[in-house]
Amino acid sequence: MRRRSRFLFTMMCFGFAFFYVPILSMIVFSFNNARLATVWGGFSTKWYVKLFENDQVINAAILSLKIAVLSASFATILGTMAGLALARFKVFRGRTLFSGLVTAPLIMPEVITGISSLIFFIMLAEWVGWPAQRGFATVTLAHITFSMVFVTTIVHSRLTEADVAVEEAAMDLGSRPWQVMRDITLPIISPAILSGWLLAFTISLDDVVITSFTTGPGNTTLPLLIWSKVKLGVTPDVNALATITVCVVGIGVIIAGIVLNAAEKRRERDAQLAYQANL
Amino acid sequence: MTELSATGPKTTRKAARRSGLARWFNRRGWSDITIATPYLWLLIFFLVPFLIVIAMSVATRTPTSPPFSFGGDHPLINTATYERLFSDSLYIRAFLTSIRNAAFATFLCLLIGYPMALGLTRVSKSWRNILLMLVILPFWTSFLLRVYAWMGLMGNNSWFNKLLTSAYNMMMPEEWALRSIQMMNTNFAVVLVTVYSYLPFMILPLYANLEKLDMTLNEAAEDLGSRPFRVFLDVTLPLSVPGIVAGGLLVFIPASGELIIPGLVGNPSQPMIGRVIQDEFASARDWPMASAVAVALLLLLVVPMMLYTYFDAKAHEKKAMEP
Amino acid sequence: MQASIQTALDAVAPQDVAPFIRIEGVTKRFGTFTAVSSVTLDIKKGEIFALLGGSGCGKTTLLRMLAGFETPTEGRIFIDGQDMTGVPAYERPVHMMFQSYALFPHMTVEKNVAYGLKHERMTDAERKARVREMLELVQLTQFSHRKPHQISGGQRQRVALARALARQPKLLLLDEPLAALDKKLREHTQFELMDIQDKTGTTFMVVTHDQEEAMILSNRIAVMDKGEVKQVGTPTEIYEYPDSRFVAGFIGSITFFDGKVASVTGDTAMIEVPDFGGQVSARAIPGISAGQDITLALRPEKIAIGRTKPEGPNAIEGTVDDLGYFGKDSLYKVKLGSGKVLSVLSVNGRRVGEGERVADWEDRVWLSFDPGAAILLTQ
Repeated sequence: MRRRSRFLFTMMCFGFAFFYVPILSMIVFSFNNARLATVWGGFSTKWYVKLFENDQVINAAILSLKIAVLSASFATILGTMAGLALARFKVFRGRTLFSGLVTAPLIMPEVITGISSLIFFIMLAEWVGWPAQRGFATVTLAHITFSMVFVTTIVHSRLTEADVAVEEAAMDLGSRPWQVMRDITLPIISPAILSGWLLAFTISLDDVVITSFTTGPGNTTLPLLIWSKVKLGVTPDVNALATITVCVVGIGVIIAGIVLNAAEKRRERDAQLAYQANL
Repeated sequence: MTELSATGPKTTRKAARRSGLARWFNRRGWSDITIATPYLWLLIFFLVPFLIVIAMSVATRTPTSPPFSFGGDHPLINTATYERLFSDSLYIRAFLTSIRNAAFATFLCLLIGYPMALGLTRVSKSWRNILLMLVILPFWTSFLLRVYAWMGLMGNNSWFNKLLTSAYNMMMPEEWALRSIQMMNTNFAVVLVTVYSYLPFMILPLYANLEKLDMTLNEAAEDLGSRPFRVFLDVTLPLSVPGIVAGGLLVFIPASGELIIPGLVGNPSQPMIGRVIQDEFASARDWPMASAVAVALLLLLVVPMMLYTYFDAKAHEKKAMEP
Repeated sequence: MQASIQTALDAVAPQDVAPFIRIEGVTKRFGTFTAVSSVTLDIKKGEIFALLGGSGCGKTTLLRMLAGFETPTEGRIFIDGQDMTGVPAYERPVHMMFQSYALFPHMTVEKNVAYGLKHERMTDAERKARVREMLELVQLTQFSHRKPHQISGGQRQRVALARALARQPKLLLLDEPLAALDKKLREHTQFELMDIQDKTGTTFMVVTHDQEEAMILSNRIAVMDKGEVKQVGTPTEIYEYPDSRFVAGFIGSITFFDGKVASVTGDTAMIEVPDFGGQVSARAIPGISAGQDITLALRPEKIAIGRTKPEGPNAIEGTVDDLGYFGKDSLYKVKLGSGKVLSVLSVNGRRVGEGERVADWEDRVWLSFDPGAAILLTQ
């Protein structure tokens, strides 16, 4: 700490308690033996067993994963293209509208995006006969649309930080612009693309509002299933499901953190060794 | 060259055509494709649906399927829906409830988030990475489950409620004693859970802004005789306004259209605007009204949204201008 | 001769004043790393004092301890007789001109300059008058309503100076004051800084890694290395009479020769230098005796170069290995019989054509130097 401030320290403790007490409480109560989810009745893992016996949950989870992987992949391609367009092509017709289009879905209230997608799909069915029924395809399309702009934001900001001189060097050495993009730009921004994919994946996996508007009968994603369960009140099996989610995400993030940290440490050490070798 | 002439005129033309395509791709094609693909996608799947909603809001409701019609027996632009929107107190109340809840939540987020973001810039680098990860971690877990976690805490029989109740009973005279505090299904619950869910959106832009501030400015102010709190008021606070605006809008805009939080922990008799849109569409099958409410919400948020875009663009510009 | 220079220098530097700033055995450790190691310095009122050293020598840490941003691990700092231990930065009569200038980007030039005065007990009119006076001092009156990003680098530097001077500090700290300016502007600014110091009479402490900057600006220089002060003295003392190989090598260019004291008679010492293949005479320094190992150092401009063997002592023969023509002077790299290469700087006093130079590549030349020009170093 540069300057120790008791006030800031207290606020941070309070803030992190605020973040984690509800989650910890939820984890604890997932091991509750009692039927009533908020009163402690002894330790048990029966809700986990129950959860894995529930086909509905497993099917919903599989559907959610399928949609998330598919939509995140498309969103990453489209989002990266948009990020490249915004960062590297300074002038093209309709640029203002384009930059508006990639920011608007970021902050648009989900209800509006949801209702407009729904009406759009209904009208589309009316006009061209497709989609006859809403479901997997419509949900995926909607997810691609609103998660690609997150990828764009990440890629765009990475590209504005990147050194253009490297690309110019490649062009100077005879590469055509698209070869520069393939050989130089994309490898440089690949970490940003990866984190864009992860973000798009998470957003899709987590979405309730837009999915609820654009899905049809028989296509219940995991969030929709939880939503319908939770509307009826607090139940121990949702606690168990939540605990699993938190653990999977937590472990994933921690592993990613350790890997990134180690990579950074190694880079620092290498740089230091190289520096010392030069002395 | 010699190879070309040896293979005859037919292949030459073909090669020329191919090289023409290649030349187009090298010169313009690749950039046109890079721009046009996402552009078209967003036009079709984002802008067009949105324009349809605007059109729908001036259509006339009919008992057909789909339940609306343009023109024909009805006026092409029917403003009756909007007239109803502004005269029926149900809609006005819903707007007021939404904005009030969102504003409270934004303010509380700033109150909690600012010191946290500032604290993050003051800890050592290794701690900073860990704490940042702890801020982002809940953001990666399901939004729905974060709301759900509070449902478990706020229920009348929960340990948290009991704790608060006994604390309240200890401080208040006996005749005011309560058996439990009604937290679920209140606007308070909506604000609390909104703060909880959107706090990272406040902390992260603020942190990004505060982290970039030049610490020597603080030292300069201190050197010129300002005490630490004065330094904060004179230097840190004014320079973090873009961060405050960005964070505030990132909380306020989605919070005012929030559907899940009021649906799970809010007061059902005081619906927020998201619920109204959903109900008009699904239960009342009044598509023009659902569209009109959505358009009205958007108009209300247009100024804050443009503000955000403006500040965002300015930040990008600044970043690009730096050497 | 050394004595006479000393008296002349003493007359220039204000010496009748008691130490105004006293740094007493100050040590600063960061974990296991010692940034500043028991430094003791006295700074007189009204002088420009420079801390000179390479990066990581501890000069900036020392500066930050004076400003109050770091607390010494050991030792104390006195300013005008007052112990500064435990006095926070905002209560010290010390102001700093930051290397990056640290101008508040959201305030105009005027507001920046007026900022420190907020904490002074004075009327608005007085405050305005002081700001105006300061802006006049740095000739920025017409820019008072501009923001920092709307003025040039040199102007920013002057705003930073005016801001730091506005509260009339007892000590002004300048962190690499000229580093961010381009070469032309630096020369101009150097003299302007000295002029302003002269007008205000404020004690200046300059931290710099640039020896020329330190030489031109300051009355006295402390050369620092690895957290220690190696030598304190006037620019002339530091340049002409360095007392260690480090200081001699850090300031200006110099060639070192290992030797042995052959004999000492009066103030002349004969030094046996293997690279010269014989003995040379040099002005003796106190405390040396025959048989002692010693370093003889020669600065390039103090060596005469010619084609014929000069009269007198200290003549050495060599071959021109390389030469550089700079217009006003030429630098010769002369290889001695032992293989050691020596730099010689010779002023081009006459206009000469191609091929008419004093010496050319591969030419045999004679070098000579005055016994007083050789620097003897025991450490």
